[in-house]
Amino acid sequence: MEKVLIANRGEIAVRAIRACRELGLATVAVHSTADEGALHVRQADEAVCIGPPHARQSYLNVEAILEAARRTGVDAVYPGYGFLAENAAFAAACRDENLVFVGPSPEAIEAMGDKARARQVAAAAGVPTIPGTDGKASLEEALEAAAEIGYPVLVKAAAGGGGRGIRAARDETELAGVIARAAAEAGAAFGDDGVYLEKLLVGARHVEVQVLGDSQGNLVHLFERECSLQRRRQKLLEEAPSPALDAATREAMAGAALRLARAARYENAGTVEFLLDRDGAFSFIEMNTRIQVEHPVTELVTGVDLVREQLSIAGGAPVSVRQDELVLSGAAIEVRINAEDPERDFLPSPGEITALELPRGPGVRVDTAAYAGYTVPPFYDSLIAKLCCHGRDRAEALERTRRALEEFSIEGIHTTVPFHRELLDDDAVQAGEYDVEYLERRSVSVR
Amino acid sequence: MPETIKSPLPGTFYRRPDPTADPYVSEGDQVQAGDVVGLVEIMKSFHEIHADAGGRIARFLVENEDLVDAGQDIIELGG
Repeated sequence: MEKVLIANRGEIAVRAIRACRELGLATVAVHSTADEGALHVRQADEAVCIGPPHARQSYLNVEAILEAARRTGVDAVYPGYGFLAENAAFAAACRDENLVFVGPSPEAIEAMGDKARARQVAAAAGVPTIPGTDGKASLEEALEAAAEIGYPVLVKAAAGGGGRGIRAARDETELAGVIARAAAEAGAAFGDDGVYLEKLLVGARHVEVQVLGDSQGNLVHLFERECSLQRRRQKLLEEAPSPALDAATREAMAGAALRLARAARYENAGTVEFLLDRDGAFSFIEMNTRIQVEHPVTELVTGVDLVREQLSIAGGAPVSVRQDELVLSGAAIEVRINAEDPERDFLPSPGEITALELPRGPGVRVDTAAYAGYTVPPFYDSLIAKLCCHGRDRAEALERTRRALEEFSIEGIHTTVPFHRELLDDDAVQAGEYDVEYLERRSVSVR
Repeated sequence: MPETIKSPLPGTFYRRPDPTADPYVSEGDQVQAGDVVGLVEIMKSFHEIHADAGGRIARFLVENEDLVDAGQDIIELGG
């Protein structure tokens, strides 16, 4: 492996270019016409324009990306997160072109991408799952299962994931309507109208385990990330380790994640997501077959560069650390700085960043593709920076995050920086006592 | 100057709630203030465009999936 095409944009493309450079790999950026001035384009060794602004015609355009790969003579493709990262057909198309896809096999992506099937694989591997239907369900099967497990329930799109394609039903009457709407939406959004049903767990936390596997069959976990602070099922603040896990639960959860990864013959970086209920019992939700946005908190507490691992594993090397060498060191927090206006219900706020001063100093890392004079385009994700702070313990990580947020100065667009400054002072956040519904409850009580 | 309905946000303009549905409104339709007349997609999120006054839709000034700016006229209202 000598030359890598980065099939992404924004901070993760810049992150990947950094890892490639450390490994002595040449890089090719691809970009839409809206991203000509983007940082990943400027930082890569070569850049190829692959189409108009709309992702469908550029970052999701498989043929244009493969053509860029042929033209530049790369031997590998790094997918990042979002766009084509969990698209099994894209991974297979890369393989057909003799390109190394920096990620798991198309078969593993497919097995975990069908969220109903992933549940079945998990259950067969002895991983606890949330009570619900066995795979995709008809209306009749869903009604029967819901009567047995009790309401409220969640109807989820089998082809969904990442919080998309989910609807709740409180009773039998609601369920019939919700199933019909969820199936129609899933068909339109994902081209697959299959849905399945799970019990809605109230007051649970979202905790996920990072795993790394290689082609030699080595498989390790890198502990967990706590991601319960969400708004509309999108994460806003993540931390490692989870303040809610004791040592025994941590070990049990990591063991379950490894069993699932082994059953899926998993290679490269992946994340197994769980819900942790108030009694400390955990159940599998889904597996993400890619790098996660929030991967830096794991890097900060383990010292392992996950993107570098992804690249070296894809090149045929074993995972660079043994399980017994991995230890949790301190605590880390990531806050997502989005181009959104927290004063106006998080309305997207694209436009030119007229001034930017990023925080620095001990324990502070900022992953971003933004710069003063950069115009945030309206076409893509609103994430513009990830502020990640590390401390010897959670209290120090919190203090550093708060201090770094004070230093964070950005002008020209609205961002979530003021929201995070307030959030860091929240008693429940300070105490680490929050669940996935916490931010929604809080915004209601603030109003 | 004829009365118009503007997009409150920059982004991609859509006439339908989803690709398989009927358009929210068509030329010749009568709308009331507050009616949804289209969607604008910005940063992967969808926002409804509401009529700020009642009237009859004379014509669309942009096509489905066109890029629009904040404050751009998208519908012309007529008598």
